[in-house]
Formats: sequence, structure tokens, C-alpha cells
Amino acid sequence: MTQTHVSTTINGDKVEYLCETDETLLDVLRDTLSLTGSKEGCGSGDCGACSVMLDGRLVCACLVLGVEAQDRKIETIEGMASGDELHPLQQKFLEHAALQCGICTPGFLVAAKALLDENPDPTETEVRYWLAGNLCRCTGYDKIIRAVMDAATEMRGQA
Amino acid sequence: MRFEAPTSLNAAIELLENEAGVVRILAGGTDVLVQLRSGQVEPDLIVDIKRIEAMQTITEEDGGFRIGAAVCGAELGGHAGVCKLWPGVVEAVELIGSTQVQGRATMVGNLCNASPAADSVPAMVAAGATARVTGPEGSRDIPVEKIATGPGQTSLGRAELVESVYLPARGVHSSDAYLRFIPRTEMDIAVVGAGISIEMDGNGICTHARVALGAVGPRVMLVEDAATALIGTSIDEAALEALAQAASSAATPIDDKRGTVDFRIKVAGVLARRAAIIAVQRSRVD
Amino acid sequence: MGKQDRDFKAVGTRPLRPDGVEKVTGRAKFGADLSAPGMLVGRFLRSPHAHARIRSIDTSKAAALPGVKAVVTGDSFDITKVSSGNHDTLANVMARDKALYEGHAVAAIAAISVSIARKALKLIEVDYEVLPHVTDVDEAMAADAPLLHENMFTANLTPKPTKPSNIANFYEFGHGDIEAGFAKADVIIERSFKTAATHQGYIEPHACLANMTQDGQGELWCCTQGHFMVRNVCADLMGMEISKLRVTASEIGGGFGGKTTVFIDPVALMLSKLAGKPVKIVMSREEVFKASGPTSSTSMRIKIGATNDGRLTACEGEFNYQGGAYADSPVQFGAMSAFACYDLEHVKTVGYDVAANRPKNVAYRAPGAPMAAFAVESVMAEMADRLGLDQLEFRLKNAATEGTRSSYGPTYNSVGLTETIKAAQSHDHYSAPLGANQGRGIASGFWFNFGGQTAVSLNVQEDGTVNVTVGTPDIGGSRASMGLMVAEELGIEYDNIRCIIADTSSLGYNDVTDGSRTTFSSGLALINAAKDAKAKMCARAARIWDIPAEAVEWKDGCVQPAGANAGEFEPMSFAEIAANADNTGGPIAGHHEINASGAGVSFGTHMVDVEVDPDTGYVKILRYTVVQDAGKAVHPAYVEGQYQGGAVQGIGWALNEEYIYGEDGRLQNAGFLDYRMPVASDLPMIDTVIVEVPNPGHPYGVRGVGETSIVPPMAAIANAVSQAAGVRMTELPMSPPRVLKAMDDAKGG
Repeated sequence: MTQTHVSTTINGDKVEYLCETDETLLDVLRDTLSLTGSKEGCGSGDCGACSVMLDGRLVCACLVLGVEAQDRKIETIEGMASGDELHPLQQKFLEHAALQCGICTPGFLVAAKALLDENPDPTETEVRYWLAGNLCRCTGYDKIIRAVMDAATEMRGQA
Repeated sequence: MRFEAPTSLNAAIELLENEAGVVRILAGGTDVLVQLRSGQVEPDLIVDIKRIEAMQTITEEDGGFRIGAAVCGAELGGHAGVCKLWPGVVEAVELIGSTQVQGRATMVGNLCNASPAADSVPAMVAAGATARVTGPEGSRDIPVEKIATGPGQTSLGRAELVESVYLPARGVHSSDAYLRFIPRTEMDIAVVGAGISIEMDGNGICTHARVALGAVGPRVMLVEDAATALIGTSIDEAALEALAQAASSAATPIDDKRGTVDFRIKVAGVLARRAAIIAVQRSRVD
Repeated sequence: MGKQDRDFKAVGTRPLRPDGVEKVTGRAKFGADLSAPGMLVGRFLRSPHAHARIRSIDTSKAAALPGVKAVVTGDSFDITKVSSGNHDTLANVMARDKALYEGHAVAAIAAISVSIARKALKLIEVDYEVLPHVTDVDEAMAADAPLLHENMFTANLTPKPTKPSNIANFYEFGHGDIEAGFAKADVIIERSFKTAATHQGYIEPHACLANMTQDGQGELWCCTQGHFMVRNVCADLMGMEISKLRVTASEIGGGFGGKTTVFIDPVALMLSKLAGKPVKIVMSREEVFKASGPTSSTSMRIKIGATNDGRLTACEGEFNYQGGAYADSPVQFGAMSAFACYDLEHVKTVGYDVAANRPKNVAYRAPGAPMAAFAVESVMAEMADRLGLDQLEFRLKNAATEGTRSSYGPTYNSVGLTETIKAAQSHDHYSAPLGANQGRGIASGFWFNFGGQTAVSLNVQEDGTVNVTVGTPDIGGSRASMGLMVAEELGIEYDNIRCIIADTSSLGYNDVTDGSRTTFSSGLALINAAKDAKAKMCARAARIWDIPAEAVEWKDGCVQPAGANAGEFEPMSFAEIAANADNTGGPIAGHHEINASGAGVSFGTHMVDVEVDPDTGYVKILRYTVVQDAGKAVHPAYVEGQYQGGAVQGIGWALNEEYIYGEDGRLQNAGFLDYRMPVASDLPMIDTVIVEVPNPGHPYGVRGVGETSIVPPMAAIANAVSQAAGVRMTELPMSPPRVLKAMDDAKGG
């Protein structure tokens, strides 16, 4: 299959790659660019483990074609911490033991950040519905929800 | 497999016209990519319509709104005007998939995927929405219920696409609502869906109603008997009961992995009734 | 036995996990995250039929496609050199004469790209003779059922069967005289139950990267709960010496029992061997559902007798578990655990392990116990209602305690069931008011907990920090628990300890991380390894002071002179001794190898409130409380996490999760969309109460905590739904159509 050349921006950096038409953005991130923080749990948009931001909107990278990323802006889990400082959500996930196996964690963090960027003071119900597209099989969600709420409180305090 | 992302509608139509093989139009892609991955479809050409500016916009038109084919759910949900005019349509669109899916999925894509369980379609049908179908011969406006002809099948010609959907203006004392039944709270396909649009007069009597059901037949159905049950009434308990009966009677569902015939028939009535109550409440707020 | 007197310094605190930052930044390497230069991709061809004889497989066209580097079929493996215990595993990994379920692997390809691999799969021609199939457990047990294996004769039956059947095994447990027990009963309730098969549902699909070199050595990277098991099984299937295969466990994205066997690993190794290049295989989610480990669907009958004042007189159960294509059901554990909560004079359970045209069963969290508990605790609830007794009082009255002879044989040591019931009684959840259409359910549950083979190593570094090496994959934060136990034993800071999971060449054999054994067994071994290191450090200090080794003692993380020499020298700190290692005999390390026993059983009691929509049968979980005995909670946050996670998996099992088969024997819902695991918006917070009744078999009193939490939920929820709906629910899942039909039938009847 012939490949298409794509120029895009990932976590603020200009990136170029070649991809086949049927490769997803997730395939490109993981297999071509070695950005393996985004995980593939289903490949059908049902688990949220590949959550990334595409031009400021939360999407599943498995439901975006690699060729669609031309001239877009993509943000992944790899861009969430700044330097040696974790994002408050990352820190709260650790403090609340909000991960057990950790495979869903990058997706939850990207999705939760998108929520707090849009709604800094969500209710528990809002957090639960916003994150309904992110499956976690280990935690029963309890500690994840608490971590997001706590991060929101801390981030409001900083703002 | 070729990929094209034209920047004009004409260019898109031309691509469709010139491709002899299998074509898939890519709007949000939340259905197309799943079909690609499962091998359900192996297109020769994919046409991404998201770089056509007109398809990315919501425009006010004659008191209603024209929604471009590439407008995603999150954008529609953030549009105050549409939310106020057709809250039932917006809530139906917002029920499609997760937050992530909302960042991609489009109402027109949901329509053209032609699933009998599509959430936005009963709401659009109830709203009396029209689809602008454009092809080499030009454009035509047709009721949205004329798009799907069966599961996965549409009335669109080979080189035609739906450019936009128009949600019409509506009078005072009117509103709409959509409810679906799923076994969880999110992330499921509707087992039954019910969209209702009503208009009341100054005396609280229903003058106009449209009722549409999803997932209880091979395509979304407009149920005229259900609307008749409401028109001329104050949508009181008797009318709601007649509505529920009419909805259940109209349902011709199948047994499948998502629900049984008996369940769907009964719940079609339950949801129609509950949606009507919400629509009435909303019409009073107006 | 009550609370322990011991004051813990590290154990019982909640420090951050050592692998946390890697996991929140996306840097942790899971199964699919590793690549190798020159790597090929492996893909499977799978049977579209539920049951078919494979007449022939022609792979010549596929092999000839440019970019295809290797093709594997069942014939690629030499079964004559494989130990008989692994024959089923081999046949499951790659079908030989028959495909026994839809999704059964029949061939595999290694190619230079995904698109070429996909194309090549379409060029493989398989000639199938489609055979009649059976997927339901009761139908599979029928005399005229389609036979999966012509050589399957039910084991343990007397007289020995003369005809083959789909029933692989018969089990029987219990004691007393069951008929005499029922004769003493004032009330007898007998009910039948059915449950659907469920999948472990880990978010990470199976993945591996295999690298066989031309000299017959191999390396394998994979996500597994037990890389030593993977090594031994793969070496056997490949005909390799064990020492020539080195397996490294990746970070594992959930297992819950489902990653305690091999599916893709031997095939990746064989493809790599044939291609002479590294091969990576990652399962799709559809493959995970169709070809990796679900647990049993079941059919059960329970009979319980009690006196009017609430004492159980006899309990009887029959358990039929569908165990997939090779009859690997956990029915034995189901039959053993069913009545384990109760002190019974007369008890009998029988179990049948049944083959059907479904994926080979693999363990799922407390394998076999949750279904049995659903049936037993449903009848217990009905009995309490019938007798007019409080649900918790009724259970308390019959609860197993220290000295109780268990329903499966052994006599219990110190156990914590009554403590969990009492904690539930005093919890405000138990007395909270309920609204219309709401119900409250109670259930208790039991899990054995495992020990097993364990080898660990502990290295003291010159700066006084410690590296700890275990061989049990960390599936939920166990590295933090290991660090805490070592910190406790050595008296040093938790932050100065780093725990890793070593590859198979670095440690002695370790059993799989399963049966809630890791914190218990690896922890026990590490405590002993730390003691070993301490003894060596005492000897080093004695050497520096030039006094006999017996004349020193370990106190508060330091070595000090003792006996006649007491006070003669300043105590020497852990760090000081470590710093002087090179002058006192070289590196200091502790080791321990053990086949651990004394795991200590664990009990839990759950409470749940639900609301049932009378018009749709929809069940909403309003409130949920888990009470469970942890023995001693090493890292309470992760103990709570195990309680919450198990409860929510149970909620999924109770309400919506199920394997749905069509008439054609094909799985209809092989994806997360229609398998319907709980999502965040389905749930309330999950309250937890950690009860601590120390396990006498562990120096800190630790019991495994991972599995008991999935045992009571289905029964608790069924009891709550039955109360709210006004009709007894006896079939899982309690999906809305089933609940609505039950309510409508009850009204009609």
C-alpha cells in the first residue's frame, strides 16, 4: 500500500511521518513515532485508553486516521507533565492510588484534563459521565473519581 | 485505498463521481473506522469532508438552523441557539457514544450510517428535519426519514452526499425530547429510542405532534397514531396512555443481543410517554 | 483472635507506589509497548465455525506472498515431544484436527507489515467439515449432545463410564449425613440457578514480542501473571531446554486470572524461529473475547434446610460448570467454596466439569466461587426471609469460626467471617432507610487464598538503600507492598527500597500471581530474605567490632553489641554496615526460596442498595459497602482498591455482562460495546471496611485480599433486586429484559 506524507504538531513539536491510509492515528503514535503512552484497549472507541486531544477536542486516537492529522495539533499523555513537574492530575492519581494496573491511566488523565480545562468545578456526577468512555477494570472508579475531584480543588486553589 | 480531503463541496462530488469502486465518506469517522478495522468494508476511496468549510458550520436560516455534515456532537452541544430551539435533538446527538466520540461523531454521519438504533435520528424525524442531498445533478431537500431505507442502506445516489440537515423554526409553547433505553448509563446502543416534538396552543391543547421510534424496526419510524393520540388533548394521563399504546403497537422489533421483542414493545410505550412528559414541561418553560 | 499487639511502623501506611510516575506519564512499558529492530508482525487465522473438523490447510499461497516470512499451523509443533499435561494447551494455541470454538486459532503468519499479514491470512485455504455444536452447559451434558472429544470419559465416577461424554470430571465434597440433616429441618428451600459466562475484561489485550535466535536460544517479552509458567510451558511446546528461554514480564494491564496461561506466546516463538527474526503479536479486542479466557457459564441446584430458630441443618449443592473446549472449569473450587462460610454438620456438594464449543476456560478472580455464592447466598436470603430472621443475624448464627470443620475438609484456623458480619451490622448503611422500588441485599463470601513456590532476592547497596527482586508480576500495586514489608523488617525507610520484577533467568521458579498469593507469598519470602540479610549484617558488625557473631543483636534498624559486650560499642546503623561491605566480605544480600503454605482463608460480607425501574427492569446501584478481612492490610489504599474493583466486577457480572451466542454457535458480542462492563456513570462510590483478623500463617498476619471481593456481589445484588422487584431472580445477568419479564410474569402469575 502506498504511503502518505503527513506533517502535524504533536505536544508542541512539528512532526512528519509516512502512513498507510488505513492506519489510525493511534497506530502512527505507537508504532511509527514510539509514543506508546496512548494504549489500544479495543480499537473501536469503546475504552478510551487511547484518548488524545485533537485540535483541542478530546478524541479516541483509534477513531482518527493517521492521514487526517495533516496540519492538526495533537496532545498526548507524553506532553502532560512539564519538565520534571507532574500535572496536578498525575500527582493526585498517585496520591489517591487511582491506578492499579495502570493501562487505562493515560487515557483517564488526558480525558480528565480535558474536563477540568472546560469545567474547573465539576460535580461527581459530571466527572462520572465525562469519564464514562474510559473503561477501568481494576479500581471500580472510586479512587479515580476522588483523584479528579481533588485535583480540581487544588487547581482551583492555584488559579 | 486512496484518501482525499477536498476543500470544496464540488471537489467532493467530483471525487465521488469519478470513483468506480467502493467509497466511504469520512465525517466523524466513528462508524467508518470501526467498519474498516473489522474488515466489514474495504473502500477504494475515502473522502474526508471535514476540510470543507461550509460543512463545519451551523448557520441560522429562517428561524431554524442548518447543521453542516461535519459538525461534531461536542460543537452542536455547545451551540446555545440550537440547544434552545431543539433541546431534544441536541440531547439525542449528545447521547451518541462517549465524550471522546462526541469530539468526532456528527449528526449527519449518524443519519447516513442508517442504523435503526441511531440516537439522533428519531429526534430529527420528530423535529421534522430535512436533509440537503447534493450530487452531480445539484441539491434537493428531503425529510430525514427518507434517508435510511433499511439497516445500513440509504436512498442516496452513488455520487450523492448529505451536505447538511436543517432543523426548522418552531412556534411558542412547543418543544421536543428524546429518550433512549440502554442497560447501562452510557456507551450503549439504544435498545429503544423515542423522539417527540409537540406544539401546544395558548390554552394548553396540543396542536401538533410528531413521534418517532428507533430500534424497534428496520429503520427509524414516524408513528402517526402516536402523534394523533396527543393532538387535540392537553396531554393528560389518558392521552399519555393512548400514546404509549400507539407506540407499543407500532413497534415491530426483533430479538437480538441487545433486547427482546417483548421488552422493546413495552419499553417503546414507556419511553414515548416519558419523553412526552419532558417535552410538555419544556414547552411550558418557553 | 483479635487485633495484633505489634506496632507496625511501615506496614499499614499509604506511601506512593514505586512504579507510579512511569504509569501516569505514559512511560511504563506494557505488553504491546516494546519493539525490536527488524521486527515482524504476527497475525492469526481463526476458525469461523463453532465446531469443525479440519480436513486440510493450504498455506502455500500465503507463504509465497512477498513480505511473508513465516507460516505456522498445528503441524509446526511436534506434539510427540510435548508433555501430556500441555497437550490441551498446545491444541488450544493452534488447532490440530478440530476447531472446537469460533475463534480457535488454525494458522498464523509473520510478515513485514500489518497489511501484508492481513492479505496473507486471506490466502490461507482451510477445508472445514462443519460439525454440530453445543454451547449451553445443560445441553452439553445431555446424552445425545454433540461430542467435542471422542476420548473424554468422566473422571472420578464409579462405576467408570463406558461411553465418552462432554463431562470431563466429577467432584464430590462434604461430610455428615445429608438426609439425616434434612430430616431435622423445619424449612427446606430448593432452587435452581443459571449464570452466563463472563470475561475477565482486562483493558490490555494479550501481547508479546518473541526473539528466537539461530542457536536455539530465545527471549520473550509478554504481559502475563506468571512469566515462569510462560517459560516452562513455551519451552515444552517448543521442545527447548528451560534455561535457554528467558522470559521478561512486561507491566501488565490487568489479568484477574485471565493471564495465567499462554495463547499467543508459543506461536510468536515458533514464527520467530522459522523467520529468524523477532516477532510481535498483539491480540485485537475481538480476539481477546473470542479466544482468551472467559470463565464458566453454570447451571446449579441448591437445597438448604434450617430449623425455625435459624440453625442450618443440611446444605446440598449440585454445580454444573461449562469449562470451554477442554473442560477447564473451576467447578472444583465452586463445589468446595459454596458452603465454606457456614458451620455445618451435614453438607454435600457435587460438581461436573463440562466441555462445550466455547473458548478454553481460564481462571477469573476467585475462580468458581462467585457463581456458587450467588446460588447459595440467594437461598440463604430467602431462608432468612422465610424464617422471619434478620439477614445478618441468620448468617452470624451459622457462621464458620475458628475450629469449624469446613465444607471442603480442613478445619479452620483463626478466621474473620463473624467480624465482617458484625462490622456490617454496625455500619450505618445497614440501617439506612430505603425508598420505593428499592431493595437491600446482603451476602457473604469466601476465598481460599494460595501460597506456592516463591523465590526472592534482596541486595543491600553501599549507600544503605536496598533493591528487592521478586518473580511475581505486580498486577495491582504489589511492589509498594513488598517495599513496605521490607522496610518493616529492616527498619529502614520505604523510600530507600526499590522493588522490581525480575526475568526468569534471575530467580528461582515463581508460581503465577494468582489465588491472591503475591503479597502473602512474596512478602513472606522477602521477610525471610530480609532476616537473612540482617543475620549477615550482624555478622559483619561483629567482624568490625571483632566480637563473636552471637554477641550482637538487631534493634531498630541498627546492630548493637549484646550480652557481655552490651554497650561496649556504639550501635552501627544499617547504612554504616552497608558502606563497609567491601571491607567486611563483599556484597550483602538476602535470599529466600519457599513453597509457601498457611495463606489463611479470607471472608467478606457485602451490602448493596438498588432501585429497580418497574417499567423497564433497569437496576441502579444506589449504595455499596464491602466489608472484608485482610488479616493485616499492608498498603490499605491498595487493599481498598482490591475490594472496590472486585465489587464492581461483580456488579457487571450481576447486571449486564454475558457471552451471548447465536444459533450458529458464534459469539455475538465480542467487543466492549455489547459486552457491557460497568462504566463510571453506572456506579456510586464503593465504601470499604477493612477488618483485620491476623493470619497465623504470616509473621505480620497478612491474608490475600484480591479475590474474596468478587464472591458476594452477585448474590448481594440478586437479593437486593429480588426484594425491590418483588420476585426472586435466579438467573444472571439480571439484565433489564430479564428483570422486566420476571416482574411481568410474577404479576401475571
